[in-house]
Amino acid sequence: MSASTPILEMKKINKHFPGVKALSDVDFRLFKGEVHAIMGQNGAGKSTLVKVLTGVYRHDSGEMLLEGKPIKPDSPLAAQRLGISTVYQEINLCPNLSVAENISVGRQPMKLGRIDWKGLNRKAEDALKRLNVAIDVTQMLSSYPIAIQQMVAIVRVLDISSKILILDEPTSSLDETEVEQLFKVIRKLRDDGLAILFITHFLEQTYRISDRITILKNGEFVGEYKTETIPKLDLIAKMLGKELSEFSFAMVRDDRKKESAKAGKDAKNVLQVKELGLRGSIAPFNLDLNEGDVLGLAGLLGSGRTEMARLIFGIDGANQGEIQVRGKKTNINAPRSAMLAGMGFCSEDRKNEGIFSELTVRENIILALQGRKGTLRYLPKKKQLEIADELIKSLAIKTPSANNEAGQLSGGNQQKLMLARWLATNPIILILDEPTRGIDVGAKLEIMELILSLSRQGMGVIFISSEFEEVIRCSTRIAVLKDKVKIAELSGEEMSESNIMHTIAGGK
Amino acid sequence: MVRLRLLHRSKIVWPLVTLGILLLFNLFFIPNFFRIEIIEGHLFGNLIDIIKNAAPIMLLAIGLTLVIATHGIDISVGSVVAISAGVVAMLIGGDLKGNPKYPIAIAMAAALLVSTVAGMWNGMLVSRIGMQPIIATLILFVAGRGIAMVTTNAMVIWLYTKPFALLGQGYRLGLPFSIYIVAFLLVLTILFTRKTALGMFIEAVGINPTATRFAGINARNILFWCYAFSGFCAGVSGLIVCSTVMSADGNNAGNLFELDAILAVVLGGTSLAGGRFFLLGSMVGALIIQTLTTTIYAFNVPPEIAQVVKALVVYAVSLLQSDSFRSKVAGIFGRREVAT
Amino acid sequence: MKARYLNPRNLPVLVTLALFIIMFVLGSIAFRGFFSVQNFLNLFIDNAYLLILAVGMTFVIVSGGIDLSVGSMLALSTMVSSSLVQKSHLAPLIVIPVVLLMGTGLGLFMGYLIQTFNLPPFIITLAGLYLARGLCYVVSIDTIAISNNFWKAAANSQINLIGKNFVSPSALIALVVVLVGLYVSRFTKFGRIVYAIGGNEQSALLMGLPVASTKIAIYALSGFCSALAGIVFTFYTLSGYALNGKGMELDAIATVVIGGTLLTGGAGTILGTVLGVLVYGIIQVLIMFQGTLNSWWTRIVIGFLVFVFCLLQRLFESRKKAATAKSVLRQPAKVQAAR
Repeated sequence: MSASTPILEMKKINKHFPGVKALSDVDFRLFKGEVHAIMGQNGAGKSTLVKVLTGVYRHDSGEMLLEGKPIKPDSPLAAQRLGISTVYQEINLCPNLSVAENISVGRQPMKLGRIDWKGLNRKAEDALKRLNVAIDVTQMLSSYPIAIQQMVAIVRVLDISSKILILDEPTSSLDETEVEQLFKVIRKLRDDGLAILFITHFLEQTYRISDRITILKNGEFVGEYKTETIPKLDLIAKMLGKELSEFSFAMVRDDRKKESAKAGKDAKNVLQVKELGLRGSIAPFNLDLNEGDVLGLAGLLGSGRTEMARLIFGIDGANQGEIQVRGKKTNINAPRSAMLAGMGFCSEDRKNEGIFSELTVRENIILALQGRKGTLRYLPKKKQLEIADELIKSLAIKTPSANNEAGQLSGGNQQKLMLARWLATNPIILILDEPTRGIDVGAKLEIMELILSLSRQGMGVIFISSEFEEVIRCSTRIAVLKDKVKIAELSGEEMSESNIMHTIAGGK
Repeated sequence: MVRLRLLHRSKIVWPLVTLGILLLFNLFFIPNFFRIEIIEGHLFGNLIDIIKNAAPIMLLAIGLTLVIATHGIDISVGSVVAISAGVVAMLIGGDLKGNPKYPIAIAMAAALLVSTVAGMWNGMLVSRIGMQPIIATLILFVAGRGIAMVTTNAMVIWLYTKPFALLGQGYRLGLPFSIYIVAFLLVLTILFTRKTALGMFIEAVGINPTATRFAGINARNILFWCYAFSGFCAGVSGLIVCSTVMSADGNNAGNLFELDAILAVVLGGTSLAGGRFFLLGSMVGALIIQTLTTTIYAFNVPPEIAQVVKALVVYAVSLLQSDSFRSKVAGIFGRREVAT
Repeated sequence: MKARYLNPRNLPVLVTLALFIIMFVLGSIAFRGFFSVQNFLNLFIDNAYLLILAVGMTFVIVSGGIDLSVGSMLALSTMVSSSLVQKSHLAPLIVIPVVLLMGTGLGLFMGYLIQTFNLPPFIITLAGLYLARGLCYVVSIDTIAISNNFWKAAANSQINLIGKNFVSPSALIALVVVLVGLYVSRFTKFGRIVYAIGGNEQSALLMGLPVASTKIAIYALSGFCSALAGIVFTFYTLSGYALNGKGMELDAIATVVIGGTLLTGGAGTILGTVLGVLVYGIIQVLIMFQGTLNSWWTRIVIGFLVFVFCLLQRLFESRKKAATAKSVLRQPAKVQAAR
């Protein structure tokens, strides 16, 4: 499968920015006909290494050899010309052009000095057929789901140049069927001899698709391993640089099971949802939440978990059903009414729905609280700082001061910032949509610990995560969703990964 | 407390420096530029002229600053000025003896009401229907001129009702009356936006409207009232314009005002992308524009050239405020990469 | 193929077409003498300048930008051409290319600033509006009447078509511009890159498209169109006047919007723009025929139409967003093959 000499070698790469050493003496090699994954926490240097490879940055010292020849691309375009192509998470294509145009724009086949549309369409069809995708290439790109758009993006870059293909978090928005489809394509490309660099947060997927794994930690090269030879636990341990035992997780799980058994007895009800639904969004569902409950929503992508959260919090307006908060019927038709009823909501899309990057950390934290108090009862600056500092401390948010802009914080700290905002309002119900997505393992653990402590303090929490393990770890009960329908609830001993998957699959 | 916040933000420095440079330039090259005389108990002089002539734009800039802070824009303000002038003129009437058809106060209130409703129309399009601000206000821009002309029956209405001239031509305590109106509205707006949470909410809406809504704040209302307020400010401006020349010309009143006002806001440091806003900065911006015009007049250059100079100033300031330009200039002194 | 024309995307253009037909029919019923081929051709003759402006504006708006200077640039080219012809006594063969070059150059300048320093097109072309109008006054404060023979011929000649119907050279020039615009937008790489930029500029950059040079070229193109429109305007008025074109940029933008182009960029057609201009023209004719209404009512009606079309666009966008969201979540990766 792979040749004896690597097609790409990065030797002793160093890169530093003012104040931080991003990469020190990092080695990396890539062979033809293999899928190679780079793993590491946030701050490990993964994205810096890739940016050096693709010409976004230029390394300070060390050398890069492509097919034995030294290269130093100074822009993504230059890298592409050398044969290094990248498909990003955000599908950088034009939604308003047709599929065929997206593949060829800028290099359209010409006939008699004008664009040959027939030839353009035919070329696109043929290229997609080679990846076993058959669609109408004259339709606009935006009319197709992300999974298809990704295929188009891959076809485009491979059409231009094809020595190395870099896939940056390609599976974040795909459901299981689509992931498998993508993997089929990747395997085919690999078998055809392409060198593929695969970047992902998903542990499971790394094991499914990659042949080799390189681990980075704190800008340093930890090691390169054949995937089949390194166990999952070792991988995590090496990424974190410490010994993680199953033990601490198991302990958590036992505690949770005991607590969920206890909770049923004298818990006060905080939220009752009866037949709440929205046509086209989610089928009518029922929910019960008591003080101290952590209700986990488990399901595949597209199963309706975010839709459920949005209905409860009033972002979408239900067209049937009712919500009761502490036993009182409450009309929730906007986030504001949900907030006034004592709810809080952390969206999965931090950037577009949560964080105000140009406002200070302080302002981000007190915003919801201020909204609750209204326009006129303005919190004096001193009080704002007090509240903010307290939450910064209790959530361990890493920021030089409360007056720094929120945009400067890392992903994990921005997530904590969103949590701080809602905690400042002292909610009785907190809805968290994918709070652990896209952040490093250390921060993930911190947030899960936080959820557990909030539940111990009596808050009702609804917790959404795509990682079943996380849902099991944190929840006292789990609601399983499938295809926009709530199909089951699991509690106590029933909560296990295999049970969840069986439930979704439709059997027991 | 407000002053401390001013100094803390470096953004206010640039407009003040620009104004300072212009004034210094005048100091050196124009004799008696800074001279202020007292005639009949009124202050006269170039400096007074600048503030007086800038008043209509300053009023527009107050409302427009808030609108722009929400990441919006209102290009209809010029047309609303014309509508306001038209309404008040029609209601006062052109009776040669100066007898108003309706009491001046009623006429003014009606004009302000109409202007505010115009602003609410914009606000409804942007906040309820969700139209892009430039498109939404484009409609009133195009139609507004027509409405103004229809209101005045395409005629220029001349007013002879002396008391009304106080607004634009009168003096109190030596200073032009219009300055007091501007100062009053300015102070009111600053108080209301900084002493309540409104300022923070407006900035939040401009930076991330979805997140604002999710944080439990009624972003729609904030947008709606910002545009309504902008309409109101245009109404006040229209009253002053009408009073200054004691006439209403539907075609020319408020002509190119929106451009001057947007310029003033941008020069004052508020970004067109919304977010942090600087009301005092916008006032300085309006003064910069007016000083420029006055300087040009003082040099006996034909007033139309003022437009060319204004344009060049806009280019210069835009370049200076552009990060891209500054880093390119810095780049001449050595290349630097920044972590992204 | 047929499905493509009935594509919901084309709905706004079809609405514009329907609007035009309805207005023409209503006018013919209400007013005697309205229904004539010449009346239809007059729309092109009287609005030739607007058509040319609107073609240039279409490219700018499709790319996601805006050009507020076109009215003043039109005025400037009327001033410069009339001044060069009357005062400097230069031949038309020299004057016309010079004026076109000037317009292109100014557009190039603005495009350069917008692109290279990432400045908002709104502000830069706004300043361009000031600049051009100010330069008009630098040339001359008064009107300059043109008495040159070539110009007179261009103004008065009629090119006869079937029967007693005729068009003017200006209308033909406008038609040529439209045809060139159609070709460029559909069959040239440059044209397609304009659409790409309007769809997602960041993506276009990452896709390796020459975004920078294309954006600069778009504004240069708009400048060229403004200059050409100015020359055509002088064929119409036989004079140069600094107050020409006041508000014309808004007319151009309005006709482009009514023609179905999205102000957000990425979608729009030259054909739609032509229809937009026709609708604009016919509203003016209707008001003129009506006789009693203040001609300023045109402004109000156009404003109202822009409102309706923007509303339509808005409803479209929200419905599409909901549909895409559903398809992203629901559809499995395999989609049925076409044909």
